[in-house]
Amino acid sequence: MFFLTVMSLMLVFLMGMGLFLKSAPIFEEHTLGELLFSSNWKPLKGEFGFLPFLVGTLWVTGIAIVLSLPVALLTAIYLTEYGDRRVKKYVFPALDILAGLPSVIYGVWGTLLIVPWISEILAPHFVEFSTGYTVLAGGIVLGVMILPLLTSLFIEIFASVPGQLRETSMSLGATRWQTIKKVVLRKTFPGILAAVILAVSRAFGETIAVLMVCGNMPHIPRSLFDAAYPLPALIANNYGEMLSLPDYEAALMFAALVLFVVILLFNLVSRSVLYRIEKSFT
Amino acid sequence: MQFKFIEEKIFKVLMYMATLTVFGFVLSIVWTVASKGWNAMSWDMITKLPGGGFYIGKEGGFLNAIAGSLYIVGISALLGLSVSIPVVFYLNVYLKKRSKLAYAARLAYDVLFGIPSIVYGAFGFTLMIYFGLRTSLLGGIIVVTLLIIPVFIRSMDEAARQFPREILDAAYSLGATRYETIRVVLRQIAPGIATATLLSIGRAIGDAAGVMFTAGYTDSIPSSLSQPAATLPLAVFFQMSSPVKEVQERAYAAALVLTLIVLVLSLAGRLITSRFSKNKLQ
Amino acid sequence: MRIKSLLTHLSNMTGATPDGKLIGRARKFFRPDYKFVRETEDTKLEVRNLNVHAKDNHILKNINLMLPDRKITCIIGPSGCGKTTLLKTMNRLTDLEEGFRITGEIILGNEDIIGSGEKIISLRRRIGLVSQKPCPLPMSVFENVAYGCRIHGIGNRRKLKMIVKYYLEAVGLWNEVKDRLNTPASRLSIGQQQRLCLARSLAVEPRFILADEATSALDPLSSKNIEELFVKLKRDYSIVMVTHTLRQARRIADYVIFMYLGELIESGAAEQIFNHPQHELTKEYLSGAFS
Repeated sequence: MFFLTVMSLMLVFLMGMGLFLKSAPIFEEHTLGELLFSSNWKPLKGEFGFLPFLVGTLWVTGIAIVLSLPVALLTAIYLTEYGDRRVKKYVFPALDILAGLPSVIYGVWGTLLIVPWISEILAPHFVEFSTGYTVLAGGIVLGVMILPLLTSLFIEIFASVPGQLRETSMSLGATRWQTIKKVVLRKTFPGILAAVILAVSRAFGETIAVLMVCGNMPHIPRSLFDAAYPLPALIANNYGEMLSLPDYEAALMFAALVLFVVILLFNLVSRSVLYRIEKSFT
Repeated sequence: MQFKFIEEKIFKVLMYMATLTVFGFVLSIVWTVASKGWNAMSWDMITKLPGGGFYIGKEGGFLNAIAGSLYIVGISALLGLSVSIPVVFYLNVYLKKRSKLAYAARLAYDVLFGIPSIVYGAFGFTLMIYFGLRTSLLGGIIVVTLLIIPVFIRSMDEAARQFPREILDAAYSLGATRYETIRVVLRQIAPGIATATLLSIGRAIGDAAGVMFTAGYTDSIPSSLSQPAATLPLAVFFQMSSPVKEVQERAYAAALVLTLIVLVLSLAGRLITSRFSKNKLQ
Repeated sequence: MRIKSLLTHLSNMTGATPDGKLIGRARKFFRPDYKFVRETEDTKLEVRNLNVHAKDNHILKNINLMLPDRKITCIIGPSGCGKTTLLKTMNRLTDLEEGFRITGEIILGNEDIIGSGEKIISLRRRIGLVSQKPCPLPMSVFENVAYGCRIHGIGNRRKLKMIVKYYLEAVGLWNEVKDRLNTPASRLSIGQQQRLCLARSLAVEPRFILADEATSALDPLSSKNIEELFVKLKRDYSIVMVTHTLRQARRIADYVIFMYLGELIESGAAEQIFNHPQHELTKEYLSGAFS
């Protein structure tokens, strides 16, 4: 049992090692700065600038967080501070369903509903033409995907605030909202930050759903109604060609390594914060 | 009326809206998938293989994907359980509550849980190349097993941690060995483990990015471990992008089947929890 | 005893304490620009036919009592007798928990706390609460005391500074913390924290102070500090104190209420209850037969 535990621990290191070794050839020809900050993407000529993909990922993730953070925060506050049992009885299963749906289903929903909505209804107000397969579509779909994660983390965090703090604030004549704003949110700020970081890392690595709605054009998106090509989508779309060009394979493995390292760091930071919160209240 | 009361009212309305938004998304997604899928659904869809190629052939259904998904997830779940259950016991029974190893292990599993499946896929792919494997059922099983282990361990560990430690002390004080104690624990946390298993399987069956590299896709049902295998999420993903309308219909039907499987699994999980939680100690 | 109460009465009228501290009416001269010096002079807090159920438990059974003005009333009784619930009900903090059913009336001034609906938020200000464990809000020492004033719309920094200083002095904490007003309140010692919480309650100008075993988490010295503070404050406030230690009640109580299993068994002047208890249960409790 000890062996199994340690083995599965080693998986983290094995993964990092494997990806690093596989992407090593790319470092022989390019520097790290070149790979990350050049926007020249011509795999057949051996030029691998990942900037468009990184920017695309950042855009999509940013939109997702901006859209879902307020909704998740307000829902979590409502459920922990105001909601009665009947509301919870319906909202929790709804969140469960949202959390359980496979990402490909989100992709189907995005393609059938969000993409046409953007291209036919929203985009004409702002730009001349948009296919609908845009950064915005990716952001919206991702936003809905991280909604249950954020909400359930927030609920857990708010529930860890001792009731006595609320009582104290209310006994001084504060309204519930004042109590939430000035005491609960203030007390849980590190936790909220950690939850957001965790959600960012989840959004960062999400593949299939964004692949289906983002348009996948290897350039830096100029507006919300422009197509983008997030990093995970790049890996998923080109896996078949990897074998033919050794450099290309190394480049894609490098992309996976970038995802791995970023998400590993984000997770380590936010989990250790969340652990500390959990510990300080039990 | 004072400002603070107006503020409270405004935010309360916002909270209602946020909560309703969550509901709206759930209904919208389920409705989209259900209405599209129901129209496309027929008996042939789930009992026949695709005729004339999955991407262009107009005939047949997606039995290949159903079978492939069941093979991969079934075997992976068994393998995953045989690793996870010992680890969870080790963490909860053998290690002390404040053990450093337990802390590191939990952190590692949380991180592994957060690593996106595309990275698992890329890692699995490097492993397969290392061992000289081609895209195959076996490759899919390896990756999904790796993917499912952290999910299993995290959710079971959560169930096990609900278990009061005093009972362990009581068992020890009566002279029970650790193995005998495990039986006591097992009876208590069995429903939790069952629920965790179902939810994890739901997650594994919906994963697309991991199997994309490793299991490949094919028109037939694999007859050995070395043949490629189709999976449901990929059936949705690939066939949805086809220009042929009949093939797209197959994608919608597959999406409905996938959604139903996941919903049934999560519903069953919920039922088990609520049915057996009456007998629990707390 | 009579002479003593007469003396208290006299010093109430003059507003100066024997040790020369400015507590009481004199403070109106001390800081003329403080906006809300007690809008209403509630002198009355009365509980009528109060019944509290939590799910299947009948926690408080038909409580009737009237709190005397500017006195320390101690509520004594074995644990689990509903003392804390009584205090929480007086502030309607029971709203925060699910499953409480409350009937009866609690009259503050002319208003019923139980039936006041949303208005409870402004009523709560008139009843301060000090809890068993000091509970500093997650902010600085200064902001803790200023919290209530900010809640009620005082934003003027200069005014807030004056208020904070005044109340920290009133609880004897000013000299200890005046150099670290901006450190988090949680860094103070536990005795300091409790006095800080008291200052925070006083800063919203309540008429009543409810203290729920306010000294039980403290060391003997801090505990003595708080006790002395209460005795001082009763010139200006009516204080209700739940206590577990009979000796403490003997030291500071003017009136005593004895509760047992959710019922009010006996109440009266401290002298009366301690020396000539009427009820069998009270006698047994006071003699230490159970606690």
